[in-house]
Amino acid sequence: MTELNDLATPYFPSYCPGCGDIAIWAAIKKAAVEKGWDNTNTTLVAGIGCHGHMVNFIKITSFEGLHGRAIPVSTGIKMVNPRLNVLVITGDGDLLAEGGNHFLHVCRRNPDMAILLFDNGVYGLTTGQASPTSPQNYISKSTPLGNPEIPLHPLAVAIAAGITFAARTYSGDIAATAKMIAQAVDHRGLAIVDILQPCITFNKGFSHTYYQDNTYVLDTNYDLTNKTWAFEKSLEWGPKNIPLGIFYREERPVLETVVSTTNEPLVSVSPNKRDISELLKKYV
Amino acid sequence: MVLPYFTFKIGGQAGQGVKSAGLMFARLATRSGYWVHNHTEYPSVIRGGHNVTSVTVSSRPVYAPTKHTDLLVALNKETVSLHNTELIAGSIIVCDTNIKLDDNLDEQVICVSVPINKITREIGEGELLGNTIALGCATALLNANLEHINNLIDSEFADKSPSARIANRKAAKSGFDYVTVNFPQYIKPVLAQRQNVIPLSVLNADDTVALGAISAGMQFASIYPMTPISNILHTLAPVQKDFGFIYKQPEDEISGINMAIGASFAGARSMVATSGGGFCLMTEGYSLAGITETPLVIVEGMRGGPSTGMPTWNEQADLRFILHAGQGDFPRIVLAAGDPEEAFHLTLKAFNLADKYQTPVILILDKNICEDDQSYGAFEFSRYQVNRGLLTTNKEDDYSRYKPSGDGISARTIPGCGNYFIANSVEHNAVGYSSEEANNRCEQMNKRMKKLQTYSEEDLPPPILYGPEEAEVTIVSWGSNKGAILEALNCCLKVNFLHLTRINPFPAKEVSDILKKSKHILNIECNYTAQMAGLIREQTGIEINDRLLCYDGRPIYPEDIIDKLTNITDAVIK
Repeated sequence: MTELNDLATPYFPSYCPGCGDIAIWAAIKKAAVEKGWDNTNTTLVAGIGCHGHMVNFIKITSFEGLHGRAIPVSTGIKMVNPRLNVLVITGDGDLLAEGGNHFLHVCRRNPDMAILLFDNGVYGLTTGQASPTSPQNYISKSTPLGNPEIPLHPLAVAIAAGITFAARTYSGDIAATAKMIAQAVDHRGLAIVDILQPCITFNKGFSHTYYQDNTYVLDTNYDLTNKTWAFEKSLEWGPKNIPLGIFYREERPVLETVVSTTNEPLVSVSPNKRDISELLKKYV
Repeated sequence: MVLPYFTFKIGGQAGQGVKSAGLMFARLATRSGYWVHNHTEYPSVIRGGHNVTSVTVSSRPVYAPTKHTDLLVALNKETVSLHNTELIAGSIIVCDTNIKLDDNLDEQVICVSVPINKITREIGEGELLGNTIALGCATALLNANLEHINNLIDSEFADKSPSARIANRKAAKSGFDYVTVNFPQYIKPVLAQRQNVIPLSVLNADDTVALGAISAGMQFASIYPMTPISNILHTLAPVQKDFGFIYKQPEDEISGINMAIGASFAGARSMVATSGGGFCLMTEGYSLAGITETPLVIVEGMRGGPSTGMPTWNEQADLRFILHAGQGDFPRIVLAAGDPEEAFHLTLKAFNLADKYQTPVILILDKNICEDDQSYGAFEFSRYQVNRGLLTTNKEDDYSRYKPSGDGISARTIPGCGNYFIANSVEHNAVGYSSEEANNRCEQMNKRMKKLQTYSEEDLPPPILYGPEEAEVTIVSWGSNKGAILEALNCCLKVNFLHLTRINPFPAKEVSDILKKSKHILNIECNYTAQMAGLIREQTGIEINDRLLCYDGRPIYPEDIIDKLTNITDAVIK
């Protein structure tokens, strides 16, 4: 049983008033209380960016690593302790720019963990430069002449690379986001939730109003096992044309089972000195 | 000067099985009761290009290759032209009858022409029999037992098609018989079976690091392939189920080190291995392990730089880079091995040090020990015990992960056991919460750096001084030069050798005491800038002006060192 108070730390979020991260913070805690995540069963892994500060505001054992490298850290954890519920907290710069290579390969590997992508289309912590999900022609400190690149569609990349659960929510809908986070964790395999959020300070384009006006929820006839549909939907973006919901789901063996060499999680057995005399015979 | 060893050398194109034949010859020698040292040189290609393996043999331990060659097996013409200057009076060349030898070859060199290509065609199993036929010839010439070669072929081809095994057996016998019938006058009892000897193991440092890691209870390794350490993963990967650890190939070295850090954070004994280029990519992770106080063993097998440099050749030019890699100050423990046996023991040690000090430990190797084999009896490590340091997996009251302590070490725990903490790359307080407060910063920095003092007090042995205490010349060196220097010591008088394996923290006082007493100091290393000499000056204030530096990718040979020593003083001449 996890109570909301159990998750409180001595620190209140340092985010700008109105930041999408505050809503995501609430959604993660809501999911944690509903699902009973605590320090006996869950660990958070964050990269660097505004999202990364969140480890200070949720009292669940965490690893805050390097910019772009939350994925390999979390993959390492999952392989040696499959029993842990591993939640990756990352941003669009963290996951898609600095960590792009790891993102591609973790989709192929399919560890049973959930990636929460705090996606605001801008670098907030470094005070406003273009990110991989910033629109083309977007004006920022690093793109004063307009962003020359087209945006990356994170869910399209994930589906192409082999992810087994791809979803999108809007951070302003805390209940829906909490529910989606819980579903992503319940999915056996790698899940990503692309959480659209405003950066109220540095990306005026992606405001609450923008998301409220231009998103729609995938209808009940949508077949989330159809990879072709999922790929098409993941490329949709524009006025009145931003889908929310689960885009794709499939079942595939998970990494930690495939690479397992022991019956119990590796870390449940204390390492002992091993006898190598048999192995040495091949060198004689 | 010619060293009192017998050196066999086989050369040919990449793809002709030079290295495997060299290893097979080494095992022929050890099974016949001798000691060996193998040295292989090859370019960074799979087919074509010149490959050569030399095997130095003796009835006592051998530590280095020699400059001369007694038996040269030339699988192509190029081998003769590249290596004929190494031949001495009485040396033998074994080659195909179609290879025309140069007229300028020393007339005291013996040519054993064997119809290798013709025999290969007659057996009819493809081109890769030339090396085995030549091995058969060498077996006959050195009066060794052909049964050893047959057994080696059987184990080499155990997993392959029976026809390949039979063809190789035929090839070895054909070569053996051809020499026995046609060249009986050149047969010498170099590898005559010695009785009552226990055959030695033939191992390189890649093998011994892998074996050491397995012995040490290593649970997780993520290693991206790279010369010269790929053989570590080739040794680990096939036996992971037998021993219950995970080897995972990462997408790059950045992922490799971060995966290993994640695994270690979760409680697994973890390691990575790479060469200089891969370690460049790992440096941010190295610093991350430092501030999060995550135990990790990092093996860095140096090769010729800069950049891609000379990827299959030796160099020791990463020392300064390794010592200063990673942003910021954090406790760096750095060890360096001089031969495969030392690599084994330092690997065992590295895992315990990483756990005890909760910090990354780097083990430096260089290409020549990573890939050159040496013969050994059993390693003695019966007293080794896995020591995980201060680690609790129970739920503790008022637990603080980074609580300041007298020795700099705080109790570690793992996620999932109920203790709350943050392993935080951001400067943090005792719990792990991010903190940029000045007093806390100093407290945490002091705590982490204190570990080096504790290490120096509890875990830093004095350096090893080989040879007599009183000497005319004191050699200072590190890494793979150890073998050639020990050989030189055997051939000289009044020379001793200070071999450094503990690089950081550095045994400054002991090194200083030894060097202050030295009459003449000679620094030997394989880099342009004499990096170890620089470190010694930094640590002791002693400047070493006489240096023997090698950066052509080739090993330093015992003969080079002996020449250098005799130029310094006649007093060393035996």
